Amino acid sequence: MALNREQMAKRVAAELKDGYYVNLGIGIPTLVANYIPKGMQVMLQSENGLLGMGEFPTEDNIDADMINAGKQTVTAVPGASIFSSAESFAMIRGGHVDLTVLGAFEVDVEGNIASWMIPGKLIKGMGGAMDLVAGADNIIVTMTHASKEGESKLLSRCSLPLTGAGCIRKVLTDLAYLEIEDGAFILRERAPGVTVEEIKAKTAGRLIIPGDVPEMNI
Amino acid sequence: MAGLDKRVSSYEEALAGLTDGMTVLAGGFGLCGIPENLIAEIYRLGTRNLTVVSNNCGIDGFGLGVLLEKHQIRKIIASYVGENALFEQQLLNGEIDVELTPQGTLAEKLRAGGAGIPAFFTATGYGTPIAEGKEVREFNGRNHILEQAITGDFAIVKGWKADYLGNVVYRHTAQNFNPMVATAGRITVVEVEEIVEPGQLDPTQIHTPGIYVDRVIQGKFEKRIEKRTVRS
Repeated sequence: MALNREQMAKRVAAELKDGYYVNLGIGIPTLVANYIPKGMQVMLQSENGLLGMGEFPTEDNIDADMINAGKQTVTAVPGASIFSSAESFAMIRGGHVDLTVLGAFEVDVEGNIASWMIPGKLIKGMGGAMDLVAGADNIIVTMTHASKEGESKLLSRCSLPLTGAGCIRKVLTDLAYLEIEDGAFILRERAPGVTVEEIKAKTAGRLIIPGDVPEMNI
Repeated sequence: MAGLDKRVSSYEEALAGLTDGMTVLAGGFGLCGIPENLIAEIYRLGTRNLTVVSNNCGIDGFGLGVLLEKHQIRKIIASYVGENALFEQQLLNGEIDVELTPQGTLAEKLRAGGAGIPAFFTATGYGTPIAEGKEVREFNGRNHILEQAITGDFAIVKGWKADYLGNVVYRHTAQNFNPMVATAGRITVVEVEEIVEPGQLDPTQIHTPGIYVDRVIQGKFEKRIEKRTVRS
C-alpha cells in the first residue's frame, strides 16, 4: 500500500535527531512536527523569522503578529527567538539548519528539483524554496512517486523550470525512500506491501536496486 | 519636525514628496507587519506608476492589494504573489510587471542596499530561470550568481514602538522584512502602535536604530489575519 500523508510525515520524522534545527515546508512536511519522538529536542525554523515554532494558538492567545511561513497563526515555544528575514536566510543560506523538508513537482537523477513553476499556469513565486534548497546540506523531498495519471515524477532530467540544481540527495515518496547518487536513484526502502516492480515501473530516471530492499518501518 | 524629532502629525505629511514613478519598499510578510495605514495613504493619494518592492502584494482589498484597484503599481519585486485575484488579472493583461525574487535573496538585496553593498554572489537560484543573464562565478567549487542591491525612494515600515528619534522595536514575527526595508529607503517612514519618549526603549533591544529613520507616525492598526489557524 502506498503511504498516506501522515505515514510519509512519520517516516520523515525518523530522520530527526536530538538537537536538530529543522525547517519544514508547506504541506506534508508541516505534518512532520506532529511526529517528533518524545524526549527529543528539535527546534523548528520558520523562514519568516522564527526559530522555535510551537503549535497553533487557541482562540484566546491568537496573535496577528505571530505567524509562520505559511502565514498561519502559530505560537513560539519557550526558548524561541524571533529575527528579521535577512537573519533568517543567513541561517538557511549559511548552512546552519540541520534538516530541510520540502515538497516538489519533480526531482531527477542529478539531484535537480522543480517545485515552483508550471509554464502556462499562473506563477505565484518561489518564496523561500530556492534559498532553502541552495543553503541546506541535508534535504528530504517529500512527494508522490507519480502523478494521478501515473506519470513518474522521478526523472532523468526535470522537465519543469528548476528550483535548484544538484542539491537533492534524499527523496521520500508514497512508495519508497530513495537516495540520489552518481546519476541514479538508489532504492533504499519500500513502503509496506509495495513491490520493487511497482517502484521500477513508476521511476523514469535510472534506478539502482541494491539487492534486497527492506520495507519501511512506519 | 525639529532636530532629531522625527514625528509627523498626519499621514499626508508622512508621505510628503511621494510622486509618480517612484520606487517604494514595503515591510511585511503576507499581511503580518505591513504598514497598512501608509499603504492606505498611497491609495488615497493615487500616486501611479510605482515600483513596489515587498515580499508579497497583499490580498484583494487589503494591504498592497488595494493599490491594484487604481492601477497604481507598474512593477512589483516580490518572492510570492499568490492570494490575489486582481493581481493575477493585471499580470495576465500585461498591466503590471513582476520580478520574482527568492525570499532570502530579496531580504539580502535590501540589506545590501541599506548597507552600501552594490551587489553580492549567492548560490541561491543558480541553474534556475532567475539566473538568466546574471554573472556566474565559482567560489569554493560551487557556482554563484551575482545579485544587485535594492534601494528605494521611499521605505514604508511597520514597527511596534518607536521613540521620536526613530529608534524602532518590532513585535514578534511582524519584524520580518521591516528592518532591512528601513535601511534601504532614501526617505524612511515608520508607522508604529506607540511613540514613546527617548530613554523608554532599552538601547540594547532596539531593532532599527534611529539613524535610518526620517519620519515617525503613530497609527491605529486593523492587523488583519490572513490564515487564522487554531488548535482544536
